[in-house]
Amino acid sequence: MTLTSSPGSSSVVGAAEPDDTQRVAMYRQMVLIRTFEEALLRDYHADKSPVWDIGAGLIPGEMHLAAGQEPVAVGICDHLTTDDAVTATHRPHHLAIAHGMDLRKLAAEIFGRETGLGKGRGGHMHLFDPATHFSCSGIIAEGYPPALGQAFAFLRRGTDRIAVAVTGEGAANQGAFHETLNLAALWKLPVVFVVEDNDWGISVPRSASTSVPSNAERAAAYGMPGERVEDNAVEAVWQAAGRAVDRARNGGGPSLIEVHTLRLWGHFEGDAQGYRTDLEGIADRDPITTYEVSLRTAGVLDDAGVAAAKADALAAVDDAIAFAKDSPIPDPAQATAYAFTDTEVRA
Amino acid sequence: MTATETSQGAAPTTTRRLTTAKAMSEGIAQEMAANPEVFYLGEDVGAYGGIFGSTGGLLDQFGPQRVIDTPISETAFIGLAVGAATEGMRPIAELMFVDFMGVCLDQIYNHMAKIHYESGGNVKVPMVLTTAVGGGYSDAAQHSQCLWGLFAHLPGMKVVVPSTPYDAKGLMISAIRDDNPVVYMFHKGVMGLPWMAKNPRATDVVPEEAYEVPIGKARIARPGTDCTVVTISLSVHHATDVADRLAADGVADAEVIDLRSLVPLDRESIWESVARTGRLVVVDEDYLSFGMSGEVVATVTDRDPSVLRAPVQRVAVPDVPIPYARGLEHAVLPNAGRIEAAIRAVVGA
Ligand SMILES: Cc1ncc(C[n+]2csc(CCOP(=O)(O)OP(=O)(O)O)c2C)c(N)n1
Repeated sequence: MTLTSSPGSSSVVGAAEPDDTQRVAMYRQMVLIRTFEEALLRDYHADKSPVWDIGAGLIPGEMHLAAGQEPVAVGICDHLTTDDAVTATHRPHHLAIAHGMDLRKLAAEIFGRETGLGKGRGGHMHLFDPATHFSCSGIIAEGYPPALGQAFAFLRRGTDRIAVAVTGEGAANQGAFHETLNLAALWKLPVVFVVEDNDWGISVPRSASTSVPSNAERAAAYGMPGERVEDNAVEAVWQAAGRAVDRARNGGGPSLIEVHTLRLWGHFEGDAQGYRTDLEGIADRDPITTYEVSLRTAGVLDDAGVAAAKADALAAVDDAIAFAKDSPIPDPAQATAYAFTDTEVRA
Repeated sequence: MTATETSQGAAPTTTRRLTTAKAMSEGIAQEMAANPEVFYLGEDVGAYGGIFGSTGGLLDQFGPQRVIDTPISETAFIGLAVGAATEGMRPIAELMFVDFMGVCLDQIYNHMAKIHYESGGNVKVPMVLTTAVGGGYSDAAQHSQCLWGLFAHLPGMKVVVPSTPYDAKGLMISAIRDDNPVVYMFHKGVMGLPWMAKNPRATDVVPEEAYEVPIGKARIARPGTDCTVVTISLSVHHATDVADRLAADGVADAEVIDLRSLVPLDRESIWESVARTGRLVVVDEDYLSFGMSGEVVATVTDRDPSVLRAPVQRVAVPDVPIPYARGLEHAVLPNAGRIEAAIRAVVGA
């Protein structure tokens, strides 16, 4: 089900439904993402005992995983090529993978290795990939404004490339969110804004943070089409995204999609989630399982297809993680490198 | 404080030990109980108790009218605190990480910090801005900074940075009672959190009654005679550990000064110690240039550079964003190795 509030939504094209090949491909992408994050989960916690220390282990620091939110990433990115830009949040892996980021470089960055996207300087909240025009930020909502500039550049150069900016529902109460929507609509920039509503901003429920039931209403306030996808289902997202992406590519300007998704795990690893009131039966709401069941019922997927998806994902993930673990650790003597292109910083 | 005073001042009435986080929240709770105008607002300060434990137990004690979870709208809720303070309330607003000041700095430095001056002293802004600082656990460039030099640089706000449980409580109470805006910066590594590596000094004796630690007074954390190490926050513990070891090894007897406040800066205590030892090391987890370390050196050289018997050593974060990978991060932080090398350099050992 989708709720639409689209002031003057212009000519809407785009296929109404994905075909079976696309369906299976989307399922496989979601499995790949989940498999990658499950591997991170294991390695993140493996060596943080006996005393759990956030700074210890092969993967130190904060770790925000996106299990449950795969439908958003896959449903959106299926409409994109790596020439399109994606800006993401502190919870970026699902989007990075769905957008086609090299798994090895992603894993190596998360493990803090010299072969990582940022040579171990950035870490999991600061992924910058020129090959896929992907970026993210640990400061919430701050991925929205740069998407304007990427869209601006694409437009000025006469291409039909677009920018997709993703943020959480908590971040939609940040000034940068509102300034960005206004400017995008005013200048008719080719941006698709995505809000992942997983009901929680750390421990604060949506009801305690947001004055309107749907951020699609806020899109209306800025004069752009807004659509809330109520189901955490990849095909529902895919359909809404198809409309918004077509609009952006064809000169129709920006739109906003809010997806009511699900945070299956903690806000960050180590989060005991004592505040959470919606955990009962949460495993039954896993969107990948749900999709698998529906594809099986539709006769699009069988045991062999599921097994292949999982085996292929595991092979790709194992390869990426092994690559990361085998990669060199950055030389501490190089800690001040890369501050500038051409100017050394005194140590 | 006189320079020879090394104790906490108050006679201990208890042997009860608290973590810095507990001491901080106890200080808040006592002021909230004493003064109905005090309230606390910020992200995840209610049921969660503050991401770094700053508000543990406060929601249960005071309820959601006075311990308020906000939307992630720092400009709005810090601005709200400014407005409520101008109307005579005593808000405490928490900026979850100091790194997020970028989204709300205008309310802080153009409003909170300037209204008293602009009003010719007619409007007071008696609020506290609490915020977590510091790195050392691979939280990378946007979640590991200290940035106290920046707040201290901008006029109109007091800046306090406790390193111990005792000071965390006493400075909190002083900050709440102060009629000026006070920025209260707590290092995650001194809070005594169960999920982060911690210095043993993150748990210590804290009196049960309410007490003030004066804002603008430094503390001699470790007396010594051979050189002066001026520092703040978590680095106080690192510097003290190094100084104890070097003294035991017969290398040097270093005095460690915990500034506790950057605004006002206790220049007299810096001067008194350096005039006595003739050698100065500054340890600062903030960026090297244009910051606290330069200000401390200028405090001495403005008065009389001839007291210095060796070039000053500054141990700070070089002017680069804080890297993610552990080895890179620890290469830029003021760790024990770098502090030891600096002490050895000034004493010529
Ligand atoms: C400006 C800013 N304020 C606060 C934070 C701390 N913080 C990180 S994630 C988060 C919750 C974000 O919630 P939401 O936008 O809904 O995304 P989700 O974590 O649910 O994916 C908060 C408060 C931050 N990173 N940046």
